[in-house]
Amino acid sequence: MEPFRSQRKLIVNDVVSTLPLYRSAPALEVRLEEFELFALDRLRVLKGISDALSRGRKPEEMEKLAIDLWKTNMRHPQASEVINKDIISHFVLRLVYCRTEDLRKWFLSMETALFRYRFKQEKQEAQRALMAEFDLPYKAVSSSEFESVKEKLVLVSRSLGQSSPTADEIFFKVPFEEVPELVAGRRVFISKGHAYIAMSQVVSLVATQFRSHLSKALILTNRKWTTTIAEQEKDRLTPIVEALSSSYLGPDYSQPKEFALISLKDIDDVAKSSFPLCMRHLFEKLREDHHLKHGGRMQLGLFLKGVGLKLDDALAFWKAEFSRKVGAERFDKEYSYGIRHNYGREGKRTDYTPYSCQKIISSTPGVGDHHGCPYRNFNEENLRAALNKMGVTGRAVGDVMDKVRNRHYQLACTLTFEAVHGSSCDAGINHPNQYFSDSQKIMQSKNQSAA
Amino acid sequence: MTRDEVSKGSDDMMIDEYEQKQGNVVPDGFNSHYLKVYYGKLFPYADIFKWMSYGNDGKHPACDQSYFSRREFSFTLDNEVYLRFQSFNSMSELENSVKEKCPVKIDIGPVYSVDPSKRHAYAQSGDNVFTPVERELIFDIDMSDYDDVRYCCSGADVCLECWPLMTIAIKVIDTSLRDDFGFSHILWVYSGRRGVHCWVCDGKARRLTNEQRAAIADYFRVYKGNENSHKKVSFTGLALHPFLARSYTEVLMDFFERKLLLSQEIFSTEERYEKILDMIPDPDQSITSELRGKWQEKRRTANSKDDINVLRWEQLKNVLQSGKHKVQGLRRCVEEIVFSFTYPRLDMEVSKHMNHLLKAPFCVHPKTGRVCVPIDPNRCEEFDPTAVPTLSNLLEQLNIGGLRAEVDNDWDRTSLGKSIRFFRSSFLQPLLKSCKEEMESSYSAKLQQSKNSFSW
Repeated sequence: MEPFRSQRKLIVNDVVSTLPLYRSAPALEVRLEEFELFALDRLRVLKGISDALSRGRKPEEMEKLAIDLWKTNMRHPQASEVINKDIISHFVLRLVYCRTEDLRKWFLSMETALFRYRFKQEKQEAQRALMAEFDLPYKAVSSSEFESVKEKLVLVSRSLGQSSPTADEIFFKVPFEEVPELVAGRRVFISKGHAYIAMSQVVSLVATQFRSHLSKALILTNRKWTTTIAEQEKDRLTPIVEALSSSYLGPDYSQPKEFALISLKDIDDVAKSSFPLCMRHLFEKLREDHHLKHGGRMQLGLFLKGVGLKLDDALAFWKAEFSRKVGAERFDKEYSYGIRHNYGREGKRTDYTPYSCQKIISSTPGVGDHHGCPYRNFNEENLRAALNKMGVTGRAVGDVMDKVRNRHYQLACTLTFEAVHGSSCDAGINHPNQYFSDSQKIMQSKNQSAA
Repeated sequence: MTRDEVSKGSDDMMIDEYEQKQGNVVPDGFNSHYLKVYYGKLFPYADIFKWMSYGNDGKHPACDQSYFSRREFSFTLDNEVYLRFQSFNSMSELENSVKEKCPVKIDIGPVYSVDPSKRHAYAQSGDNVFTPVERELIFDIDMSDYDDVRYCCSGADVCLECWPLMTIAIKVIDTSLRDDFGFSHILWVYSGRRGVHCWVCDGKARRLTNEQRAAIADYFRVYKGNENSHKKVSFTGLALHPFLARSYTEVLMDFFERKLLLSQEIFSTEERYEKILDMIPDPDQSITSELRGKWQEKRRTANSKDDINVLRWEQLKNVLQSGKHKVQGLRRCVEEIVFSFTYPRLDMEVSKHMNHLLKAPFCVHPKTGRVCVPIDPNRCEEFDPTAVPTLSNLLEQLNIGGLRAEVDNDWDRTSLGKSIRFFRSSFLQPLLKSCKEEMESSYSAKLQQSKNSFSW
């Protein structure tokens, strides 16, 4: 393996930065157990950032939140191992998240956000050292040039409600293409294709670099993974990597909550009032076609288990539908096994967990399938119709479509929840069973206040 | 229909018109018969080909021979059929296809990684082999987005009273593209009906990523469309960004006070001035009621030779800028009003993505019959959308010219000639010159590099 460049502590002018750039994979020996544990710890950090972002936290709050998450999860009993844990966990997650466009996109955003928050924590000297590490050839603007544009720089600062720059403040002149977010927000003065960025804005330049390096690296990793690693490691790393990508770190919905037990006679009403769109769609399709393909049976079946449908009821429920299409005998032979399996009564006897949003969103339904996330898979027209059917109308539909267009499927689902229930959902929707239980809570409190 | 029939058709027409003794009047409007003549005799294929080749059609060893053929063209046919992913290996292939299909609209898309007509062959191999790699930075400005600030027309209609809004857009965006972003090969084109298109063609612009395109579009965005808030332009800082400040002092204020205030009669009725009073942050209603009081007294107090719009605007400015009122947000209110009524409104989505299509210059708008001619940004105030060449008057001019001696180009005998000459001299020639320079310098750099790597 290549020498590990980022592993050494970066020393420029005696400034030490502990923020690695993850340029090349480490030549370290890692115990399999640590391989997985480190990755899970890092995943908790990224997931925490992702949840907070999707709840619309402000940038100031985000920085503190991310650093706290980092400190809580990325500790190591041996101080010397902290940086190794950082690097190892990053590269393991690269393997995990390189494999589809959506996974890459998520990982790229979260790692870049994390890098950004950590970079801002560094001292100015360390920041300049990291800039040098990125081979960014930009020199500070000379004092005579600063004087010539000072008036404009003052205008920019004032337009942002900041104090005016002083002569000893460092500015860099960079091609505007390198700092798109500063251009988009009119946060810089631009002249003849060059943006004048203040030292406090360098994070944007560096994060853009970080992002573009990582983006390319993920594509390469994916190529390597599919051509060689997955096969070579099929008995060792591959299962771990595959399990990690679908691991869900939120609360466990495999056991129904106390109030949640539902009975067969209520199921249609409950489906109308409290199922998220993905489950409602499957439920309606099942009632309509008296059949669902495997992916749909898994997604809906495990959800119903989480909702509190007992095994006997589940068998009766599925049988009632399927037997109309395939006959009772064939149902008993071919389909009942799968349902018992989901409930841990067959095969490995694992009590399977209902799918999280992340897993549902990343599934790839084919022809005749109805599982997956409707916000992601439906075309605009169908989604609008489905939303109307749920009672979402007018502006709310537009808001949901907006989120969908930006690929914020969980936010779209959250907005739908809020429109349907007429109350806010601050935590956001991360799991169909969470949607269900939050919905039930609201319904019960409404019933109580009505009574 | 074959070409012979077409030219015979136009001969017939000529005879008819002589019988009418009207000279050469061709009935107004648009039909595919006229369009065939236009594509047969007038459409500047060579210029479009030269432009879209960006110097790659030459003999230089650095030329990318596949460049033009990887460009997507798309045709809208008469019967609403839409042909996407058309591509051509040469100018004559483009010309023959246009003449044969006679599209009512030709759109230009990006340059893809591979020939777009063969995209299916690459679809199997995964990994996004078929993807846009180059595209001009484009802007689309449409008058129908200004309907809340113009009272002369609405929707697809434009007139000389509201057209200055487009003039403002050209001035503001063109200046910023050149002075701020450092671009120099910029083409402005009349869209044929209610707006303008802009093509930024510098190599640097063509290679921008979607993210960088979005950043530029956002840099230009001031107007935020939200029907729930009264104020659509909101400045909260202590100053305007240098780009906005320059646009305001050099273009917006002048056009607002000199043109739009009067031509749109922005303060002439209660409904109109109430809309402006709505934009003033005024929690205790003291400012708005003061102004409303003045304006409801009718014209009695007004000097008859002063225009009522000018008068009311001056009164409003006086009240807001008197410093008498210490309301938060009042400082930028005059600017916000002027920006609301003048600042360019871009169709953001068009600019943000490489794969967005845009109508080719020199197309004929199927509803108006007007040709999408280039606009000189330095003289955009003189541009009159109602006076551009139309399909019917071009055919008239051809008919007259048909009786004269042969000329090199058919278009030279028509009013289209001026537009094509402008396209060549002010856009195409400087562009091709810099393409050649760029090609040569990157080639010699490459040579130098390979020489260096051998020099051991």
